[in-house]
Amino acid sequence: MTDKNLTRLTIAEARDGLQKGDFTARELTEAHISEVEAARKLNAYVTETPELALAMADKADARLKAGDAAKLTGIPLAIKDLYCTKDVRTTAGSKMLENFVPTYESTVTQNLFDDGAVMLGKVNMDEFAMGSSNETSFYGNTINPWKAEGSDKELVPGGSSGGSVSAVAAFTAMGATASDTGGSIRQPASFTGLVGLKPTYGRCSRWGMVAFASSLDQAGPVARTVRDTAIMMESMASYDIKDSTSVDRPVPDYEKALTGDIRGMKIGIPKEYRIDGMPDEIEKLWQQGIEWLKAAGAEIVDISLPHTKYALPAYYIVAPAEASSNLARYDGVRYTMRKEVPGGLQEMYEATRAEGFGKEVQRRIMIGTYVLSAGYYDAYYLKAQKVRTRIAEDFEKAYEKVDAILTPSCPSAAFPVGEKSNDPIAMYLNDIFTVTANMAGLPGISIPAGLDHQGLPLGLQILGPAFGEETILKVAGVMEDAAGFTATANAWWKE
Amino acid sequence: MSDMIKTGIIKGATGDWEMVMGLEVHAQVTSNAKLFSGSSTEFGSEPNSNVSLVDAAMPGMLPVINGECVRQAVRTGLALGAQINKYSVFDRKNYFYQDLPQGYQISQFKQPVVGEGIIRLDMEDGSVRDIGVERIHLEQDAGKSLHDQDPHYTFVDLNRSGVALMEIVSKPDLRTPEEAGNYVKKLRSILRYIGSCDGNMEEGSMRADVNVSVRRKGEPFGTRCELKNMNSVRFIIQAICYEAQRQVDILEAGGTIDQETRLFDANKGETRSMRSKEEAHDYRYFPDPDLLPLEFDDAFIEKCRESLPELPDEKKDRLMNELGLSAYNASVIVADKENADYYDALLAALVKGTGKSQKELAQQASNWMTSDLFGALNKASKNISHSPVSPEAGAELLGLVVDGTISGRIAKDVFEEMFESGKGAAAIVEEKGLKQVSDTGAIEAIVDDIITNNPGQVEQYRSGKDKLFGFFVGQTMKATQGKANPAVVNEILRKKLDG
Repeated sequence: MTDKNLTRLTIAEARDGLQKGDFTARELTEAHISEVEAARKLNAYVTETPELALAMADKADARLKAGDAAKLTGIPLAIKDLYCTKDVRTTAGSKMLENFVPTYESTVTQNLFDDGAVMLGKVNMDEFAMGSSNETSFYGNTINPWKAEGSDKELVPGGSSGGSVSAVAAFTAMGATASDTGGSIRQPASFTGLVGLKPTYGRCSRWGMVAFASSLDQAGPVARTVRDTAIMMESMASYDIKDSTSVDRPVPDYEKALTGDIRGMKIGIPKEYRIDGMPDEIEKLWQQGIEWLKAAGAEIVDISLPHTKYALPAYYIVAPAEASSNLARYDGVRYTMRKEVPGGLQEMYEATRAEGFGKEVQRRIMIGTYVLSAGYYDAYYLKAQKVRTRIAEDFEKAYEKVDAILTPSCPSAAFPVGEKSNDPIAMYLNDIFTVTANMAGLPGISIPAGLDHQGLPLGLQILGPAFGEETILKVAGVMEDAAGFTATANAWWKE
Repeated sequence: MSDMIKTGIIKGATGDWEMVMGLEVHAQVTSNAKLFSGSSTEFGSEPNSNVSLVDAAMPGMLPVINGECVRQAVRTGLALGAQINKYSVFDRKNYFYQDLPQGYQISQFKQPVVGEGIIRLDMEDGSVRDIGVERIHLEQDAGKSLHDQDPHYTFVDLNRSGVALMEIVSKPDLRTPEEAGNYVKKLRSILRYIGSCDGNMEEGSMRADVNVSVRRKGEPFGTRCELKNMNSVRFIIQAICYEAQRQVDILEAGGTIDQETRLFDANKGETRSMRSKEEAHDYRYFPDPDLLPLEFDDAFIEKCRESLPELPDEKKDRLMNELGLSAYNASVIVADKENADYYDALLAALVKGTGKSQKELAQQASNWMTSDLFGALNKASKNISHSPVSPEAGAELLGLVVDGTISGRIAKDVFEEMFESGKGAAAIVEEKGLKQVSDTGAIEAIVDDIITNNPGQVEQYRSGKDKLFGFFVGQTMKATQGKANPAVVNEILRKKLDG
C-alpha cells in the first residue's frame, strides 16, 4: 500500500488494517508526517511533533503486537492547540502563550493517548477560540484545503477549530480534536466537508483545555466519517472528578449506535432556522435532507423553537462575559509573555495585555467587562442567562415530540480570507444555527451533505437531546449514506 | 481615650457622638487542603512550595470544592445559631493583582452558605449583649506579595493562594471599641472550640476589616470608612478610637466623611486613606461557571450539628447552674478553649481520684485554677497549654487537700514546688514530710505546751480578748510546721482554752 493510500483510509479502516497487520502504526504515522510536511502552505499546524509521533507509533505497534490494542491504537491525530499537552507547547493561537509548555496533559488528550492515539502536532485555531475563520490566530491564517471552482482565492476553513478541519480535510491527520463554544466544531466541519460533533455539555472533561467560555465550551472530534467521529467520541468522553461540570454517566459504545435504522424516528424541522438572506441552495439542501430522512422511514415533524432569534445576541453577552474573567489570568506575572515597561504593575499589565492579545480577543474582553459592570449586569448578563433558560425550555418542549432536529449547519459555505475579518457582526452570524446547542448545553453534529454552485461543501446539522449522542450519530450515519458525499479537496497545496 | 473605649461616646465640641461598628472577620478554615485544590495549607512552608496547578491558575485548570471546608463553614454557622443555606453559589470577584493568579477570587456574593446568626457578648457587669451576624461565606485567600526582597521587583508567594477563608460579617450592632474587641475574642473562642479555625491572629489565620462610622444618638447611620486587615484586638480598639475621633473632627469642622478604605498604621497609631469610593473596584461578580451550585441536605447539616462540642455559652450556663460556679470563674474558664479543656480534665481527674461528685469538687477546682494556677502562669508569662502542672497533676494536689492529707495552706507551697520542679504532689508531700497531722494526742501535747508557755496570752484571752485565738492557732501551726489539721487544732484549742 502506498503512503497516499494510507492517509486516505478512514480511522475505522486503518484500525482494522493495523489490527490485521496490513501495515504498522509507524508506517501509518510516517505517511501522515510526510503529508503534514507537504501541506505547510495550509498553515494548519502551529507545532509539528514528528519525533513524538513516531515514538507514540512505536508504542502503539508494541501494543498491537501484544494484542492489547484499543480502538484508536496507532491512529495519527491532530490536536487543537487549546488542549494542554505535556511537554509540548500549547499556544491557544495567542502570542500570550507563545512560549507556554504545559507540565500536564488535558484529560481529553490523555484519554486519546491512553487508547493509543498518536499525536502528529498541535493545530491552529482562532486566538483563544474566538473567531469563525481562523483569522484571529497569532500564528497566521489557516487555509481551507477547498477552493471554489475556477478560483484561486484562498478560503477560510472556518473557526475556531480551523487547523483541526484543515488538517483532516487535507489528509494530514485521520481525525482531530476540536472544541465548540458557539459552533467552533460544526461550522468548520461544514466548511471543509467533514463530520464534526459537539457533545452534550459535561460529556467531555474540560480539564486542561484552555478556557474561553466555561459554561459553553465543550470538546469534540472532527473526522471524515460518522463512524470515525463515533470512534473518537467514545475515547474523548469521560467523567472527570477534576471537572465539577463533567457528568458521571457511562460512556456508550457510539459505534454500535450506527445501526442505519431510523424507521419511526421523529425528526423536527424548526421554522425559526429559515432566515432572511440564506442562500437558496442551503434551503434546498435542507429539503434534500428531509427527503433522505423520509426515505429512510423517519417521520418529519414541523416544530417551533421560538426563542432562537435571541440565541446569538445572548451568546455574545454570555461568552464574552465569561471570557473576560477566564482570560484575566494571562497577566504577564507567571507563565505568559511579559512586556517590561517603565512604571509599575498597572503599566506592565496594560503593555502585556495590549501586546499579547489580538484585536478580537481584546474586543471580547471589553464587551465582557462591560456587560458584567455594576449597573449593567442585570440588563445584559442576567437577561442573557434568562434567554438561555428559555432556549433550553424550547428544546425540552421540542424533544417531548421529536427524537432529533435537522437544520442547516451554517448560513453559507466557506468564504474568502479577509472577506469578513473587518465586520464582526457578519462574522458572528456564522454561528447563528450552531450557537443554540451551546446555549442549551445539547449535542449537535454537522455532516457534509452536498456542494454548492461553486463546488464548496455544505453541511447539515442534527441536534439531539441531552446525552442523545447515540441518536444523532445514528441519524447522521443514515444521512451520510444517503448523501454519498465523496468529494475531496484538490491537493493544490502540494503543487 | 479609655472612657471612649468603654462608652463608645466621643464628647465633641458640639455634643456627644456615638460610634457604630460592623466587622468582617476573615477566618482561615482548618483543613489540610485548600478550598478548591489539594495543596497543603501548612503555615511556614518554603515560599511557593504549597502551590498546585489550580492555585497558580495555569491554563485549563478547574476548581473542585473541598467538602471539609464546607463542613467547617456549616459547623461554624450552627455554632452561631445561624441559618444554614442548603443551596448556595460561588461567584467570581474579578480584580487584577499580582498575588491573585486567576485574576478573580472565588467567593460567595448573593447566596452565601450561612445566613443570619448571633454572637453573645458577656459584658463586664455580668450582662450579655447579642451582636447580629449577617452572613458567613466561603472564599479563597490570595497569595502574598513580598515588596522587600528586591529593589525593582515584587516577589509573590502563592502558598496562601486558594486557602479557604470564612468571611464572617457582623451587623452594624457594635457601639463601643471594647465591644468590638470582645466580639473578636468571643468569635475566636467559638471558632477554636469547634475547631473550624485556629484563631491564630499573629499567623494571619484571623483578620478583621472594621467598618466605623459616627452619628448623633438616635440618628441614621453616618458614612462609614473601612479599616482593612486588622490582626490584633489591641489594634482594632486603637484604630477604631483614632478613626472615630478623626470623623468627629471632620464633621465638627463642617466637613463630610468620604466613604473609603483606610489602613491602620500601628507604629503611628493612625489610619490613612488607601482608596476612595471612586477608586473602588467594580468586582463584576458573576456565578463561577466552573462550579456547580453548592447543595447539601438536612442529613449533612445534622451530621455537622452532632459533631459540635459544648459551646462556650452552653458551658458557662452549665458551670454556673449545674456546678454552682461563680459567674466570674465560669467566664474565665470558658473564655478560651484551652482553659475549658484544662478545667474539664482537672475536674474529671479529681472526681476519679476522690470518688466524690463533680458538684462537690467543681467550686474548689475552679478556685484553684483561676487563682493559684493562673497566678503562677501569669507570673511566669506562660500559656495554659504550656503549664508545667498538668490537669492530672493539679487533680492529684487537690485530691490531697480533699482527703485531708495536707491543708490548703500546705497545698500552696506544694503547688509552688510542683510548678518549679514538675514533680508530683504526693511525691513532694512525702519527700518533705508535709503530711497533715490529725493525731489528736500529738496535737493536744503541743497545745498543752503552748498554753503553759504563754500564760499572759491565755489570761487575756480568757478575759475576753477573743482575737487572741488566732495567736494560739498560729503558734500551734508553727510548732507543727503547718502540718497540723486546722480543724483538729481549732477543736482542741477551743476545748482547752474555753474549758
